[in-house]
Parts: sequence; C-alpha cells; structure tokens
Amino acid sequence: MAGHSHAQPVGGPLNKKFVTFMVIFLGLWVAVLAYRFIFGIGVVSGLTDYYPWGVWIAFDVVTGTALACGGYAIAILCYILNKGKYHPLVRPALLTSALGYSMAGLAIVIDVGRWWGVWRIPLGGFPDMGNYNWDSALLEVALCVMAYIGVLWIELGPAFLEKWESTSKSSALVGFAKAGLKFYDKALVWIIAMGVLLPTMHQSSLGTLMLLGGQKLHGLWYTPWIPLLFLISCVGMGYAVVVWESSLSSSLFKREREDSMLISLSGAMVVVTSLYLVLRFGDLIISGKVPLMFNSGWLSVVFWAEIGLFAVPLWMLASKQRRSHFPVMLRASILLMLAGSMYRFDTYITAYQPAPGQTYFPSFLEIFITAGVIALEISMYYFIVKRYPILGGVPAEASAQ
Amino acid sequence: MSMDRRTLLKGLAVAGAGAVAPVEASEKYAEAPDDAVGMLYDATKCIGCQACVTACKTANNMPGNRYNPPEDLSGDTKNIIRLYEEADETSYMKSQCMHCVDPGCCNACMIGAFKKREYGIVTWDPDRCIGCRYCQVACPYNIPKFQWNTGVPLIVKCELCNHIIHDPDTGTLREGALPGCCQACPKEAVIFGKYTDLIEDAKQRIADRPERYWGPDGEPKIFGLTDGGGTQVLYLADLNFEKLGLPTLGDEGTAKQAREIQHGIYRGFIAPVALYGVLGLVMWRNSRAAKKEEG
Repeated sequence: MAGHSHAQPVGGPLNKKFVTFMVIFLGLWVAVLAYRFIFGIGVVSGLTDYYPWGVWIAFDVVTGTALACGGYAIAILCYILNKGKYHPLVRPALLTSALGYSMAGLAIVIDVGRWWGVWRIPLGGFPDMGNYNWDSALLEVALCVMAYIGVLWIELGPAFLEKWESTSKSSALVGFAKAGLKFYDKALVWIIAMGVLLPTMHQSSLGTLMLLGGQKLHGLWYTPWIPLLFLISCVGMGYAVVVWESSLSSSLFKREREDSMLISLSGAMVVVTSLYLVLRFGDLIISGKVPLMFNSGWLSVVFWAEIGLFAVPLWMLASKQRRSHFPVMLRASILLMLAGSMYRFDTYITAYQPAPGQTYFPSFLEIFITAGVIALEISMYYFIVKRYPILGGVPAEASAQ
Repeated sequence: MSMDRRTLLKGLAVAGAGAVAPVEASEKYAEAPDDAVGMLYDATKCIGCQACVTACKTANNMPGNRYNPPEDLSGDTKNIIRLYEEADETSYMKSQCMHCVDPGCCNACMIGAFKKREYGIVTWDPDRCIGCRYCQVACPYNIPKFQWNTGVPLIVKCELCNHIIHDPDTGTLREGALPGCCQACPKEAVIFGKYTDLIEDAKQRIADRPERYWGPDGEPKIFGLTDGGGTQVLYLADLNFEKLGLPTLGDEGTAKQAREIQHGIYRGFIAPVALYGVLGLVMWRNSRAAKKEEG
C-alpha cells in the first residue's frame, strides 16, 4: 500500500509572477500580523465581547478543516471500504488536508489572545500539570487537531521520502528514506486508521462546541444531533473538495483528469448529502421546530438558503445521466462545498445571537489576515506539487499523443 | 469484504449507542455547594447612585469611576448599574458575574482557567488561560470580557471579590469582609451572604410585600433560584427580568446537555479506542488481501 505510487512531481520552474505576487502579499500580511500581536485583536478585527468568535474561527478553523476533510473522506473510501481504485486521489487529498489543518492551527494561534500559553494545553497546564477538563468539547478539538496535523504530515511522508530516495545526493538521506519507506510499508494502516479516527472525533466535536452557546444559538441550528450533522457534512465537503481540487490542478498543471473516478465519487456525495438532509429535517420535525422554519424572520430565509445549497447539488447528482457529465458534477461539488461552509457560518455566526441589538461584521484587516492564511496555503501547495510526487503522473499531452 | 463492512458497522453502532445513553456525569453540578456564598440584588431598592461601580473599580484596581460611567461590562469594568426606561416603567439593573451553580464558562474552559472553587465562587486563573474566549460563547449572561486592545490581554469578570473576602491561608471567609459593591451600597440594594440565607431573605421580602415584585402570572419570582440551573447571585425586581437584560433560561444549566453529549460519546474513551481497533483491523485485512493478489 505504501509502495511506490504513480505520482510524480509536476516539475519545471516556479512561475515568477506568481511567486513575486505572493511574496509581496505575504510580506504585507506579516506586517498586519505584527500589528495584531503588538496592539491586540481589537485593532485589526470587528470582534466584540458579544461576538468573540468571527471569521478566523468560523472560516479558517471550522470551515477550513471541514474543507480539508478530503484526506479523511478519501481514506474512508479507499482503505476502509476497500475501493482501491481511488488510490490516485489519496495523495493530492492528503496534501490539501495537511495544509488545510496546518493553516487552521496557525489561525488559532492568531486568534487566541494569550497564544504564548498554547503549549500548556497538551500538558493540561503548567507547572500544575494534568488538569484536563474533559467536559470541554474544545479541549478535545484542540488535542485532536494538534495530533491530526502531525498524523497528516506523517501520512504524506512517503511523498517526501520517495523524492529523497530517488534524487538526493546525500547517501545518508537516501538511507533514511529507504528505511522510512520500509517502516511505512508495515505501519501505514495503523497511521491511516488514526487519520480516520481523529477527524471523526473532532469534526463532530466542532458541532458539539456550539451547544454551550445554549439559548444564544437559534433553535433551527441548536440540536443535540449537531455532532452528527457536522460529521456527515464534512465528509460530503471532503469529496466535493477532492473533485474541485483535481479539476483545478489538472487544468493548472496540465495533468490528465481522473474523470470516471471522480464521477463515481459523486455516488458517495449523493448518499452523504441525502443522509444529512434526512437527519436535519427529521430532527427539526421530531423536536417540533417546523414553525421556526417559517416564522424566524430573516433567519428563516437563511435557513432555506442553506437547505437549498444542499438540495440543489443533490438534485443535480441524483440522476446517473446528469452526474456522468463532468461540468455538472463539478458545479454540484462547488455548491456542496458552499453548503457545508454556510452551515458552519450560520451555526457559528449568523444564527448565534448573544444579546438583542448586538451585531458582528468582520473588519477589512480581519478578512485580510484570513486571505493571508489562504495565500500561504496556496503557495505551499504550489511549491510542494512542483517539487514532490503528489499528483497523478500522466501529463495531458503525453497521454494524448 | 462484506464481513469487514459488517464489523465496521458494528463498531459504529457501539459508538452511536454511547452517544444516546444516559449519563451520570452531570450530578456534581446539580446543586450549589453547602458553603456557597452569593449576593442578592433588589432592583426596587436601588437608587442608581453607582457607588458600587466605583467601589468595584477600587476593590479590583481598575481604571474609571462613576463620574465617567461605563456603558457596559468590559475589559476594565466588572460591575455596572444601568437604567431601564420605557413609557412609565423604570428600573435600575446591576450586572456582574452570576456565579452559576453549573457554570458554562467552567464547562468550556480547556485546562481549567475558570474554576468553581471554595464557596462556589467562580474565578479565573491567567496562568491557565490561552485567551480562546470560549467562555464568552458559553456564558448565557455574556459576562466574561476580553481586553481587545492590548497584546497581552486578560479575561475580566467579577470574582465576588474573592481576594478580599477569602483568606487563602486559612481557607475561610474573612470575618466581616464584603465584596466592594456590597460594602459601598448605601441602600442595601445589593447584599452579600450565605446562599441559603439569601434565598430565605428574598422569600421573606416577597412574603412581606408581594405586590412590590414582578413574576410570571403575578407570582413574584426570584431570578436565579432555578434559572439556568441556578445562580449564586439572586435578583428581585418589579419588572420582567427579560426587559432588564436577563435571558429566559430553562431550569437546567445550559452546560448540561453539551456535557452529556460529550461524555456520552467519550465515556471511558471506549468508543474511540474500539473504533480505532476496528478501523485498523479492516485496513490490515484489506492490505493483506491486496498483497496476496499481487502475489
């Protein structure tokens, strides 16, 4: 399983314009970050005591990690349900996952006020250690995300080792790579099992988190089923991201697209999205919240918009004929990514109403900081696929000849 | 293969069963501790002089005073008096930490910066706080405040003047010591005392003058007796508490349901370990089968 894959580095020189733009943009970003770390979160953000969590949490962390569930979703399919044919999708999915989660970790450090104490969490405090509050869903999220960032990079390890094994001039590095790949051959299943367990735990807990909001979270979103809804929707988003990302990278880097494989993925999306909608409505009906769907003012509109974002792609993918047309499938995937994202934004921001008269809108610099996090992620993705064997190896021209 | 899938589904069923099973974890927050202390604020006695606001700032060494009154609780204000005024209804209202029986903040806090300690007082420890602000999300009263305009922020909230009333060496209450606000109040609109005594006091006031106090259906209400699982700061008023800015909560702590779900899923850490075992086994079998095929 860990044996050498067919993935190859894209190769070629880095695009000068792209690199120049990113260097300037990220330079500005670092300056804004310095400003935030010296003068506080208030000077760069629209956050208030009533809305302590804004886009940094709702987008960078909660939505970002859900969009980074490609590695998780593909691993379930490929390794647990034993559909080995999806194997070529694993590495690109793992890379976006590893980067997405790492960026979420970075966003947390930017967001928390007393960031210098973050290292105390895994120790349960310091010097008074071991005081973990297991009542806290956030503790579980924090520990799981920290562990999962490590697991993802370990899962991706063979890509780096293969490169070093085949091209490094240092014999020590080649030896290390050889030994490493041998180790992976034995241990990878247990590492991947960890890579499936951890997201199952924290993606559901990301939903549980908002239950503590209590009466502040609107009834259409507050439900004991929230952990399950978050878990199911992140799997759907994971598949959707894999479709979108393969389509994008194949056109950007001129690789052959795995059309038939991606199209059969849409079957999984149909299952997951239907299950989500059944549970979402089932819960609202059982708990007698049907009137809330219509009499909650503009939140009713938000609710139906959110449901529509799930339902439309489900309809697009439901018929085999429609979904075997790749552009339809791609559009549906993008809608599904938006749907899962909107569900998360609504739960964390829109439907969170702490007190009458209180509102939140992100400031320019707050959004700029988020944009910088995304830019850093894109830059790293670009650099890694250029230099390391991530993407499927067949350039489009070569196969056309 | 079909065998493997069945094993997997069984594993998921185990995890699922954990999620819906009833849980005993919540008992410890069912009632205020026996030695609980608290405050009783009677809005009908308050004259809005804001002496308590200044006294609070002095007691807690925070900038500002009543001549430049704060508009809301903030990173340098732990206690405020506000005026509610609409048509012919007016009332003053005091805000500070409610010292919940089942505090959302303590439930939220990852490594215990928030703690419900001796006498049921809820305190905050800077050495255990990373500034994640989950406490602000978890507080139904929006009490904990964050210092937004500094690189080294603190969480700020009323700690019932724990540093004044509580002797850390003996662990007992200092004789006659009062929280700043209670000491300053000229009208005894806010008083400090043993929790059970305060409840008796409030009930007596209602018995003496039932027409003076608001309650649903004309039945005078002590806010905090059961609201949100109960609070060690109690309120009496002649207007609907919702108008005065207190939320309508059920009789259970808001933390309770979240805690039950979290503990249900993770009780004894059985479900995650079982799931991990099942996942690993399934994959191991899959990979062995694949290797055999390759020959």
